[in-house]
Amino acid sequence: MLNFPRWKVIMIVLVCLFGIITALPNFLPEKTRENLPGFLPNQTLSLGLDLRGGVNLLFAAATEDVVNARLNNIADQIRDISRDEGRRRDIPREQRATFTNIRVEGETVTATLRNPELTERGRELLLPLSQSTVGGVNPVLGGGVQEVTLDRDEAIFTLALTEQGIEIQKRDAISRAMEVIRKRVDPDGTKEITLQPQGGDRIILEVPGASDPDAIIDIVGKTAKLSFHDVVTGLSASDIANGRLRPRQKALPMRDGGQIVINERVIVSGDDLTDAKPSYDQGGQPVVSFAFNLSGAKRFGSHTANNVGRPFAIVLDDVVISAPNINGPILGGAGIIQGVGDLAEVNELATLLKAGALPVDLTVLTRRTIGPGVGADNIESGSMAAMIGFVAVILYMILSYGRFGLAANVALITNLVLITGVLSLFQATLTLPGIAGVVLTIGMAVDANVLIFERIREEQRAGAKPFQAMERGYGQAFSTIMDANITTFIAAATLYFLGSGPVQGFAVTLGIGILTSMFTAVVLTRYILSSWLKRARPATLPI
Amino acid sequence: MLLQLLPKETKINFLGMRKIAAVLSIALMIGSLALFAVNSLNYGIDFQGGIEVEFGYEDRTVDIATIRAVIAPLNMGDVSVKGIDDGSSALIRIERQPGGDEAQSDATRRVREAFTAAMPDIEYRQGNIIGPVVSGELKRDGVLAVTIAVLLVLIYIWFRFEWQFGLGAVIALVHDIVLTIGFFAVTRLDFNLSIIAALLTIVGYSLNDTVVVYDRVRENIRKYRKIPMEDVLNLSLNQTLSRTLMTSVTTLLALFALFFLGGEVIQGFTAAMIWGVVIGTYSSVFVASPLLMFFKIRRESMILDDGKDPTVDKTRPGQFGQF
Repeated sequence: MLNFPRWKVIMIVLVCLFGIITALPNFLPEKTRENLPGFLPNQTLSLGLDLRGGVNLLFAAATEDVVNARLNNIADQIRDISRDEGRRRDIPREQRATFTNIRVEGETVTATLRNPELTERGRELLLPLSQSTVGGVNPVLGGGVQEVTLDRDEAIFTLALTEQGIEIQKRDAISRAMEVIRKRVDPDGTKEITLQPQGGDRIILEVPGASDPDAIIDIVGKTAKLSFHDVVTGLSASDIANGRLRPRQKALPMRDGGQIVINERVIVSGDDLTDAKPSYDQGGQPVVSFAFNLSGAKRFGSHTANNVGRPFAIVLDDVVISAPNINGPILGGAGIIQGVGDLAEVNELATLLKAGALPVDLTVLTRRTIGPGVGADNIESGSMAAMIGFVAVILYMILSYGRFGLAANVALITNLVLITGVLSLFQATLTLPGIAGVVLTIGMAVDANVLIFERIREEQRAGAKPFQAMERGYGQAFSTIMDANITTFIAAATLYFLGSGPVQGFAVTLGIGILTSMFTAVVLTRYILSSWLKRARPATLPI
Repeated sequence: MLLQLLPKETKINFLGMRKIAAVLSIALMIGSLALFAVNSLNYGIDFQGGIEVEFGYEDRTVDIATIRAVIAPLNMGDVSVKGIDDGSSALIRIERQPGGDEAQSDATRRVREAFTAAMPDIEYRQGNIIGPVVSGELKRDGVLAVTIAVLLVLIYIWFRFEWQFGLGAVIALVHDIVLTIGFFAVTRLDFNLSIIAALLTIVGYSLNDTVVVYDRVRENIRKYRKIPMEDVLNLSLNQTLSRTLMTSVTTLLALFALFFLGGEVIQGFTAAMIWGVVIGTYSSVFVASPLLMFFKIRRESMILDDGKDPTVDKTRPGQFGQF
């Protein structure tokens, strides 16, 4: 047990080297760090907000909206299918399977055939809707899950979302929402913000260095849902006032006052935008200029071509920004939005449009703001405490175990280096409770050595020779050390998986510390002490 | 060695004190639970919800009375102010304002404005708003985390030892947790999220201690078949005593450093940990071990699985026949 084969020695050296290399960037000035050769890691510890200051926000996402939006979208598709069928000239009118009474009920969409005889044709028309899958790599070969089921009762067809379909829609909405938040809060990608989902419908946003949570919430909270609609003309003012509107018609406020009635059907939406930027119109007024993607450009082109002379409405978050007349077909897929406001408002709208609309509404559950001064104080007091605790433990070990204590101290320092290295490499966030976890590891890492050394003492008292005492000390203490570390690790793992924020930061360093201390306290000290023992060959162990 | 906490060999009759220890522990546990029932805990903002803001100066102390005078006219209901960081900062806690999230951020803004107007050079150091949904969840998750950790540990020890050991260790853990809750009920220290972390670390630490003693007990039961159980337990406790104290002292050294120098934020955490280390050391000696006698471990079940256990030293000939 005291003989170390060559490969074990090489392993020990490699692990120590790994620790030094990964921990090193933390001790280099930024200039040197940037010039490190590419094969060396150059990440430093990633500090938590409590150590660097900033804003932490927890949002709840109304994911059920996504489901409703999807249901409405299915209903719109059925209307499209029905209308196209109704316009067919190649088959007689009575053989065209058109639908009526298309509506969303709960988590289903129902549609009734006008001619109950045509169930086969009806099924044929609606079947493609139920063949959409979500979450898969390839919609044809599968891999995804079925999203919509199709059922028929007499002439009534029912399309329902499947449970997994809903689940995947929601998860997808959360990740899209995170992407939108990132683009809105950090358009240039320089702020090192972190975004992370929590549970099924929560998002955590951390913005280091920020001090005004209201400004962040303001920009994140904007839905920025842009859509283009046909304007319903020919209604009298009293019709609008009394709400005498057809289904799918809606009265919306105009930005400059007054009301306008639009058709709820979306011609093109913000989802079809590929670009949006601030610019000026011919009159020198600030406007947002935008470009559509291919399918958006096509739909916008055909609508404008068919409706020359009629107005259309540009709607942002249920407010009509402007309702210009169509002077001619707009086929290039580009345009401008006038009447947004001053340059600051134009800039904001351009950023929002480029980031896209939030797929879900967000509400703020918690907000935490830590001033930069507090962060610096926390680092200072935390590392001060860690240093003092460290020095106290080191002195105490030397006083108690002499040469053996020295070996334990080498192991302890190596352990700190390894923890720093692993934290830097995996970019695990170091928080103030995390520093507490490190300090605790310092105290508990020596426990393994105490267990071993006390065993060696016992064996020596019982008359064992140095080599024997060492061997038995390490051998017998090992299962105790394993049991003790596994139980503590269970606690750390439970904390990590069930805890949140500060608790997790603590669990991470404690868990890493336990793992690295198994190496340093058991393997490294044994190597150091047995090398010494083989060289010095003392009559009794000085312990 | 230069420093020796104990004489080389101790022969303390720990088990002889088990009745006194039992009375003491039960009394303390009842006391803790009663205090918790009557006084509850001083829940921090994490668990209570509401608003918390901190204002302070770099280099001088804040006058709490002045702070109170600034806040009072804002009419925000239940407001508490306390000096922290040696008095250079004031931590203000405000109850949740009626209304939704808007109302909370509005209240924070009003407080900030009031301070910038009244004390222009004061620094806004931090602010938290915790909604009621989240605070309830955090409380539930905290209880869940502790319960699950304890259950997992019970299962682990059951597998590694015998059910008596598992039960003994878990009762000792519950003892530690209850006394720590009592500690918070008495001291009125802020009971926040990081205290849950402290509780779990106490669980881990106390268990560490208990496992070390139990390991020795198991070893000695196999080694000394004919000695009465009480003596086996006493022997094991005395053999591990110097390690138990060494480790407690090193951990306490690190913790006291944190307590005095780690700043306000983790002071409650370290106070809990210091208390937990003391209690955990006590419970592994005076609670966990006597419980093994109470549950009457059977020697046969411990010896039968021989040959597989690494703690049985097969290099020593005739070790099972020494007595």
